[in-house]
Amino acid sequence: MLVDGSPPSGESSEEIVGIASDADVVTARHTGRRVAESVGFTGSDLTMISTAISELARNIIRYAVTGEVVVSPISEGSRVGVMVVARDNGPGIPDLDLAMRDGFTTGTGMGLGLPGARRLMDEFAIASQVGEGTTVVVKKWTRGL
Amino acid sequence: MAVPILKQGKYLIASIQSALTDSDMVSLREDLMEQVGRYRSRGIIIDVTALDVMDSFASRSLRNIAYMTKLRGAETVLVGIQAEVAYAMVQLGTNLEEVNTALDLEEGLAFLDQLT
Ligand SMILES: Nc1ncnc2c1ncn2[C@@H]1O[C@H](COP(=O)(O)OP(=O)(O)O)[C@@H](O)[C@H]1O
Ligand SMILES: [Mg+2]
Repeated sequence: MLVDGSPPSGESSEEIVGIASDADVVTARHTGRRVAESVGFTGSDLTMISTAISELARNIIRYAVTGEVVVSPISEGSRVGVMVVARDNGPGIPDLDLAMRDGFTTGTGMGLGLPGARRLMDEFAIASQVGEGTTVVVKKWTRGL
Repeated sequence: MAVPILKQGKYLIASIQSALTDSDMVSLREDLMEQVGRYRSRGIIIDVTALDVMDSFASRSLRNIAYMTKLRGAETVLVGIQAEVAYAMVQLGTNLEEVNTALDLEEGLAFLDQLT
């Protein structure tokens, strides 16, 4: 639950993790777990959020080399949750429909990172421009009070 | 952080102690392949109890380890997948069906004893 009654939104509580090495992938998912815990997530929700972050952060390393993951508590009316933004200025994704397909990979992966992150979270949005970069925004809400 | 590998008779036991980076996972594969050859091990137990997350890279790596070491004559059992981790793996869609699993170390050893 929220510590000392502070509102879950606000710049101060957002956490930014620069992604440039595979150790940063681990840092990003630990940061995500910590923020999600502070919002009130428990058990398998925490694992699902960390797993999604792991996939998105690894994509940055693999395909864009560097970027960042921003985790913030969010609220909307009476519900609270967590938002993860994974962004980079890498090569971008030419065909998003294809990239979102289970099993599609241009590398040596399982092709499950993007579609899996969508299933693990409640909301998923992706924007990408070839030569400009990629931004993925995912959200998950706690299951009420 | 490197994963300690313990030789116990004809088995190797690798106990993952903390969250692993991708390069730790690659080292684990190399170490197990080397030790299977050196000790002529017949079975491998990989204890993943301490893993916070089993993402697609970890799943693929563990599947590859199981297959590569099998080609060298050793059977691998994955033990200690936590309930929350199993739940997230299903949502993610990773498939570890062809990898042997057991609830914990004791069950894993019993499984290998039956096989080898
Ligand atoms: N941040 C990114 N920048 C550029 N391309 C990306 C990025 N993330 C994903 N992709 C592309 O989308 C494909 C599918 O990604 P994903 O579902 O994570 O599977 P995998 O990483 O196993 O290939 C990748 O193979 C890659 O071509
Ligand atoms: Mg991926």
